[in-house]
Amino acid sequence: MSVTETEESLALEEQGPSPDALLPEEDRVPAPSGEAEDIPVPPGAPRALLRSLLGPHKARIVVAMVMITVQQAALQVGPLLVSYAIDRGIPALRDHDAGPLIAVTAGYLGCAALATLLQRSFIRLSGVVNQAILLEMRRRIFRHAQALSLDFHERYTSGRIISRATSDVDTVRELLNEGLQELLSVILSVFYISVVLIVMDWRLGLASLASALPIYLFTRGYRRRSQVIFRRSRTAVAQVIVRFTETMNGIRPVQAFRREAANESAFAVSNGQYADSNAQGLLSMARFVATARATANIWITGIVIWGAFLVTQGSLELGVLAAFVLYLRRLFDPVDQVAMFLNSYQSASAALEKIAGLLAHEPSVPEPAEPAELPAKAEGAIPGRTVDFDGVAFSYRTGKQILPRFDLRIPAGQSVAVVGATGAGKSTLAKLLARFYDPSEGQVTLDGVDLRSLPTPELRRGVVMVTQESFLFSGTVAENIAIGRPDATREEIEAAAKAIGAYEFIAELPEGFDTDVRKRGGRISAGQRQLVAFARALLADPAVLILDEATSSLDIPGEQAVQRAMSTVLAGRTAVIIAHRLSTVEIADRVLVMDQGNVVEDGTPADLISGTGRFASLHQAWRESLV
Amino acid sequence: MSTQPQAPSTPRQPPPQHSAIRSLLRLWPYVRQIRWFLFGSTVAALLASLSALVIPLVLKSIVDGPVAHRDTAGLWQQGVLLLVLGLLEAGLFGMRRLLVARPLASVERRMRADLYARLQRLPVSFHDRWASGQLLSRATSDMYTIRLFLAFPLIFLIVNSMVFLTGIGIMFSLDWQLALITVLPAVPLIVLCSWFERRYSAASRLSQDQNGDLATVLEESVLGIRILKSFGRHRTMAARYRAQAELLRETELKKARLLADLWAVIVGLPELALGVSLAVGVVQVAHGSTTAGTLVGFLSTALSLRWPVESLGWLLAYSNEAATATDRFFEVLDARPADAEDEARAASGTPTTEAATSGTASTEQPARDGIRLTGVRFRYPDAPAGSPDLLSGLDLHIRSGETMALVGLTGSGKTTLTALLPRLYEIDSGRITLDGQDIREIPRARLRELVSMAFEEPTLFSASVSENVLMGAPDAPAEALDRALDVAQAQFVRTLPEGVDTQVGEQGLSLSGGQRQRLALARAVVGAPEFLVLDDPLSALDVHTEALVEQALRQVLSDTTALVVAHRPSTVLLADRVALLADGRITAVGTHHELLESSPDYRELMSGERAEDGSLVR
Ligand SMILES: Nc1ncnc2c1ncn2[C@@H]1O[C@H](COP(=O)(O)OP(=O)(O)OP(=O)(O)O)[C@@H](O)[C@H]1O
Ligand SMILES: Nc1ncnc2c1ncn2[C@@H]1O[C@H](COP(=O)(O)OP(=O)(O)OP(=O)(O)O)[C@@H](O)[C@H]1O
Ligand SMILES: [Mg+2]
Repeated sequence: MSVTETEESLALEEQGPSPDALLPEEDRVPAPSGEAEDIPVPPGAPRALLRSLLGPHKARIVVAMVMITVQQAALQVGPLLVSYAIDRGIPALRDHDAGPLIAVTAGYLGCAALATLLQRSFIRLSGVVNQAILLEMRRRIFRHAQALSLDFHERYTSGRIISRATSDVDTVRELLNEGLQELLSVILSVFYISVVLIVMDWRLGLASLASALPIYLFTRGYRRRSQVIFRRSRTAVAQVIVRFTETMNGIRPVQAFRREAANESAFAVSNGQYADSNAQGLLSMARFVATARATANIWITGIVIWGAFLVTQGSLELGVLAAFVLYLRRLFDPVDQVAMFLNSYQSASAALEKIAGLLAHEPSVPEPAEPAELPAKAEGAIPGRTVDFDGVAFSYRTGKQILPRFDLRIPAGQSVAVVGATGAGKSTLAKLLARFYDPSEGQVTLDGVDLRSLPTPELRRGVVMVTQESFLFSGTVAENIAIGRPDATREEIEAAAKAIGAYEFIAELPEGFDTDVRKRGGRISAGQRQLVAFARALLADPAVLILDEATSSLDIPGEQAVQRAMSTVLAGRTAVIIAHRLSTVEIADRVLVMDQGNVVEDGTPADLISGTGRFASLHQAWRESLV
Repeated sequence: MSTQPQAPSTPRQPPPQHSAIRSLLRLWPYVRQIRWFLFGSTVAALLASLSALVIPLVLKSIVDGPVAHRDTAGLWQQGVLLLVLGLLEAGLFGMRRLLVARPLASVERRMRADLYARLQRLPVSFHDRWASGQLLSRATSDMYTIRLFLAFPLIFLIVNSMVFLTGIGIMFSLDWQLALITVLPAVPLIVLCSWFERRYSAASRLSQDQNGDLATVLEESVLGIRILKSFGRHRTMAARYRAQAELLRETELKKARLLADLWAVIVGLPELALGVSLAVGVVQVAHGSTTAGTLVGFLSTALSLRWPVESLGWLLAYSNEAATATDRFFEVLDARPADAEDEARAASGTPTTEAATSGTASTEQPARDGIRLTGVRFRYPDAPAGSPDLLSGLDLHIRSGETMALVGLTGSGKTTLTALLPRLYEIDSGRITLDGQDIREIPRARLRELVSMAFEEPTLFSASVSENVLMGAPDAPAEALDRALDVAQAQFVRTLPEGVDTQVGEQGLSLSGGQRQRLALARAVVGAPEFLVLDDPLSALDVHTEALVEQALRQVLSDTTALVVAHRPSTVLLADRVALLADGRITAVGTHHELLESSPDYRELMSGERAEDGSLVR
């Protein structure tokens, strides 16, 4: 059997018509909620994925298959040698000729040793191949998930991606570990026995092989049904994971608001759907096994009776029939194994379908096809770059236009403060500049280069954003700061921390910069997390720095320390600073006031404060709130 | 961030001292409920194996009997018998699976539900310690491994050993000497299996833990996607993930190698023994001490035992994996939920607090006493030894109906203090009373009903806006929702696509930071709670909105006892009095203006101007 044939036999059923109609009434599981959010799978994608995963291992797969073939052959030789020993060895020995006995024994032992060695090498080799495939699959899922844009993540949810890379990959692993060897030995023994049967008596042989037709039909029906069930099961397990991770990530509010009971009943629904589809998978396999077995046994009876008539007519030897029926029985022996293989196969193909769907989803904020570079800086020029919003309009996928069409130019080196009511679209503006999203209309440019044509590393040398949520990864403080620039030395990391006044508290942590901050940075306080997030941005040293409420959780002395630092850090850099505390605004060269997506005021702080507009009243209110 | 995966923060249990069987036996409470189904399935599997022996005999007898004798009537008779037997066998094959399909799925479901329920009730400090992926992998892959074990390996372990023993019995009855030769390898095999078991279960435990770590990296990288995108660090993270995945691969390869060795021995040794007994048998027959028929019978029995013996390899592997998965499951289930800790403490009779005896007795206090913290000490369990307590003998009294602002430098312990009131963390010593009642004597559920919180990080769940807000008071009247939304100035929800029924949270619409914070605030005030704890509730609001919220909040706060963590003077002004937290104690209490006058530390904290003596509060 060649590799291409294996691939063909592994080829996944296309997204065939698999409506509920194929299931008997009592089998219909209510579709788990969230199914609607699942992304479409392009036809043929799962198959292409499988092919590309197996492709690099063709040679090894062939070797493994040869190994298992020879191993099976060595095992099959055993019974032959036994009969040889009895037929020849005994009489020879009686004639005091130990030769045949020795030969047979040596042969038997040799075959045993060969089979053993091959078995061992096969497991090792297939282990290597399987693990390489799994590693590659994990790698692809991860990289692709990272490449997908935020609007995708906002609707797909983290739980689903996790379930693709964990539960779905586990299912494929199951098939690789268990399924393939079984399938190969089944195919080999069926092939071997079929040949023997036809050689013995071609009429009976062909009649026996004709049983393949009904069994094939049952198999097809089973595959259709189980495909529906396993798809459900994949969706349901994703839903279980979504709920699970959501609860665990929000454990404080869950406990504080006594959500335990309500959560449990919600979880029970997803958990129940998953259990249901699992049970149905097992049930449909049970039915399939029973039907296939029954067909096989009916066939055997038929052949025996027909054979008996042939014997009566004298066109078949009795001995042949005797041998024939025993082999026939062995032909059908692997039905159970085939069912198990099909089961893992169907389950894995449902998983592959989901994975392929994820991998085939194109990021809506793609890497440029023709990467451009930012113009080189002249010697001694300021590090900042000019930002231009050119006829930009934006709406999230929900459709409502958040930013109506506008133009905005921020010259190199200018610090711009953006203020406005919550929900006015300040963060949205910042996210467009950071290219978290692409504008629905118009373009955002950096020194005249469209952000869409900048490859990620180039883009991030240009623009870095400190987001409103200061997310920390589990790992040390130093590692978290180093996200800004992975090749930074410890001195640089410490210098960045010092620059914004974070050094002191970090040094007081149990292991200083090497303290593990735990998941989401839970080991340090909210203000401390903001400082770490800030230090990251300093380390990154970009041309344009965006700060989205980067000091909102700091105490006032801390905030002032950060501001003092900023005046040196921001010198020559272009900066967009979103803040509600207007103290920040005072260090800016220019202020933009936003309202419902529009820039309604634009000017220097001094001009605006002395005016009569919104900012003046905002500023007035803020002054009054101070001590 | 380094590409080397670091040791995950999750506590690793010492390698289990007990055998796989001991671990698996712990599944009994779950298995008990489906024991009859499992039993039935085992019987069906046994009968099916038996039919595999009987049917060939019937076939033989048909050929030797009716066919050989051209006996048509007999042929039909035997043919019908064969058909019936065949259908019976098919039925048994189906039965074996049919019987356990639903029960097994329900065992998995119940185990997962129990795990989830337990996790929800474990104290926050437990969740602080455990990496999220470790919990998740326990709820998914481990559960799957256990179900798989119950479905096949368990049943086949029983069936195959019975088949094996029967086969050995037959062999001994045929020729005990040959049988002895054949069975001899069992001794090294048993030794080897126990060696294997130790190694394999260590490896499978490792791989399950690594799987959890992998899930952790994955989850973080998805939750932190904005950070990674904003710094363009997806490569770094991918390298980290890959390094972790390679560790897992190494372990899996190690498992494969172990299995390959075991399998080789399990397949090889009996075959070698069989070769020897073939030679000996032939010699015996040649010498006439055995008949050829016996030898044939003996050898064919031995050959038919190949499968039960071979299957031992993967049965052992599966059982070990299921055993370590069970260990992992029970590590969480054995952790004591917060309520059980209380009961244990009550039962052991340790005084709840020293302050209860030494300090003010609760009976002396009036019923409406507000919130009183006396000598409260607290440190996080993982604080370095020798460091001062985070809260070291803190005293604070918030009178009934009063609003107290809590101020302090970043990292001074304000959030920690707020988490103590609803007992998300337990105080180490001292005492906290609500209207004179020790919070440790109030059942948690009741306590959390009394004390309503807004956290500094507003978390919305995947549910509608109204569900998210009403979470704070499930049986609040309909107007309460509107009132709470008005207080929090969250009128924007009415302009959302489906108004208050719009789905938000991870699976719904994303909102702006300030919008989320206002919903979290609405959630805290919706039930008109007696005690309200707000942790920096206005940090993401602009000045105007903040003023509006404050105005509305004053109404709510007028008849609520409240603790409000504040960073800005504007928020402080909400409060009747202010408490300054420094060095783990409340160092000053008074109105905003009093403190501005009297406390240089406070003045500095609120204005940022350094106090005359230059001292810094920390
Ligand atoms: N990912 C999203 N999908 C859909 N709508 C969104 C998304 N993020 C924000 N919005 C909506 O867009 C509007 C502007 O949000 P944005 O986050 O830009 O506000 P903001 O001015 O930064 O407010 P805040 O000060 O509260 O952070 C809001 O009405 C918000 O509900
Ligand atoms: N889960 C934890 N485990 C160990 N230490 C912690 C944990 N949470 C906080 N800490 C430490 O306890 C101290 C107080 O933290 P807390 O969050 O209470 O500060 P805070 O006063 O609320 O600060 P902020 O104003 O920044 O919110 C910090 O130094 C922090 O490092
Ligand atoms: Mg805090």
